[in-house]
Amino acid sequence: MLTILFDGVAYGMLLFVLACGLSVTLGLMNFINLAHGSFAMAGGYCTVIVVNRLGVPFALGLLIAFMVSALLGGLLERTLYVHVYARPHLDQVLFTIGLVFMSVASIDYVMGSSQQFVQIPEALQGQIDVFGVGMGKYRLLIIVVCGLLTIALQLMLTKTRFGSRLRAAVDDQRVARGLGINVGAVFGVTFAFGSGLAGLGGALGAEILGLDPTFPLKYMIYFLIVVTVGGTSSITGPFLASILLGIGDVAGKYYVPKLGAFVIYAIMIVVLIWRPQGLFARSTAR
Amino acid sequence: MTVENRAATAEGIAAYLKDRARWSPLEIAFWIFVFATIWLFPGKYLIMKDTAVLALFALSLDLILGYAGIISLGQAAFFGLAGYFSGLVAKYGLIIEPVSALICSGVVAAALGFVTSFLVLRGSDLTRLMVTLGVSLMLGEVANRYSDLTGGADGLQGVDMAPILGLFRFDLYGHNGYVYCLIVLFVCFVIARRIVYSPFGLSLRSLKGNSLRAAAIGIPVKWRLVAIYTVAAGFAGIAGALLTQTTAFCSLDVFSLDRSADLLLVLIIGGTGYLYGGLVGAVIYKFLQDWIATLTPQYWQFWIGLVLVVIVLIGRERVETRIATLRVALSRFATRLMPRTAALGGAAPDGH
Repeated sequence: MLTILFDGVAYGMLLFVLACGLSVTLGLMNFINLAHGSFAMAGGYCTVIVVNRLGVPFALGLLIAFMVSALLGGLLERTLYVHVYARPHLDQVLFTIGLVFMSVASIDYVMGSSQQFVQIPEALQGQIDVFGVGMGKYRLLIIVVCGLLTIALQLMLTKTRFGSRLRAAVDDQRVARGLGINVGAVFGVTFAFGSGLAGLGGALGAEILGLDPTFPLKYMIYFLIVVTVGGTSSITGPFLASILLGIGDVAGKYYVPKLGAFVIYAIMIVVLIWRPQGLFARSTAR
Repeated sequence: MTVENRAATAEGIAAYLKDRARWSPLEIAFWIFVFATIWLFPGKYLIMKDTAVLALFALSLDLILGYAGIISLGQAAFFGLAGYFSGLVAKYGLIIEPVSALICSGVVAAALGFVTSFLVLRGSDLTRLMVTLGVSLMLGEVANRYSDLTGGADGLQGVDMAPILGLFRFDLYGHNGYVYCLIVLFVCFVIARRIVYSPFGLSLRSLKGNSLRAAAIGIPVKWRLVAIYTVAAGFAGIAGALLTQTTAFCSLDVFSLDRSADLLLVLIIGGTGYLYGGLVGAVIYKFLQDWIATLTPQYWQFWIGLVLVVIVLIGRERVETRIATLRVALSRFATRLMPRTAALGGAAPDGH
């Protein structure tokens, strides 16, 4: 029981790191980016290449995954995404789904369609017992890393100058512009950073979520659930939503394995009917 | 306003609606060509049948996207539900005759559409996307769960279709199946056309333009949306049932996201909001897919994605205006070719 809870939390933390970039882009530019999972996949494959083939240490591999995905995100944002911000939602959906299809086929072409595994250092394999609860070391690492990241993100949002600019831009773009905040630049940096985080999440999660070319399609719905259920106005909303989703999914698959993800979809629909703006959104809807 | 005045206005409106709804020579030529394909390309029945099913499916999305402005990634829910329904009733001999099974499947899908329409009415575009997608994924999970009934990942097998109306067998070459699909497509198209050219269809356009103003002039926005969503779900269901009936097979893939996403692409290629978009788009899409698949069998998805990205970057509106001007030019051309039909058509509103 506690093990399920533990696994669920690890899973949820991972989902949060994967999805938090998406929640910021959605909240900031009202942009529906279905291709977010592609950046996560890029990070995952990047780690597979540098760790398995080039023998780079695992921790450095994670860092490289972050950098590469962030660069990729920043590049695509400056060249392609900027043209689509002002378009209707339908265009955004079409555009990003097109990107997903392209990334799926390209990875399939370059790396093959079979599932990839990252070689995890031996020190991180196996379990340890804490108060009689068996915990996978790797999952513990995920919780620690993602927890630290979450705290860092929260501090960055609340304490730094960039954070306050970002919050101002999310709250009211026009006024923020009027105050001389370069919203476009803030957005570009955030997009790149969010993509980098997704890449890191993809690299960390390759072990748990599995990594194959259909990754962006398989997990797209999960990211979107985190964002829609959590709301886009803060990062605590998506954080709580991902933890709930992680625990719900792991528990659902453990107790009613035949129903699969049915439980999750049902919960999402109920939440969205009950509170269309998200479970943890602030009540001051604009 | 006096009574006579009001009557005159009503008459004017009626004449206007009638004028709008007249079949243009181009449309007639289009349908003659569509039915001529039965004799023109006898070796291509399979791909043409798939195209007809896709066209009907795209038509259903056009009704809600092009006319009511609802973005949906979940049309596959209705397609899949009706697909399984028609397969199961045929397999277990509940409704043996295909046409009645088809109608029942459409009704079942429309019922699901009616129930889920209330979910879709709430929230923003993103919420709608999520809810429509969620419904189709949930149905997919359910179909997977009851694998002893649906066959699970192996698909529904052992469906034995009875002859259509007890007369026409589904033959090996797909000839009868194709004719059946075309007739169903045409009937559905006529119904859809009747709907969008009616005052009801006009009111849909107005609430797509500005739902607040539409509500202000007394259009019951909510119920209009429920109605069109239900009708579109029924059409999507008929398309799904057609696919199952003509292939005697149904798999979990009917609920997949790819199917809904491809459908959006079809409609975008053809253009939204004039009914023929789905049909034209389906033809172009199928040819494109067939052509790319022969070039690179495994990676055709890449090129489909590229087409989507390019269309959006060029500007969907620009593409659509191009198509619209082409359409106008074509119909002018057709009118010149068929002066007699045009003259007959032109005389009609004055006579009434």
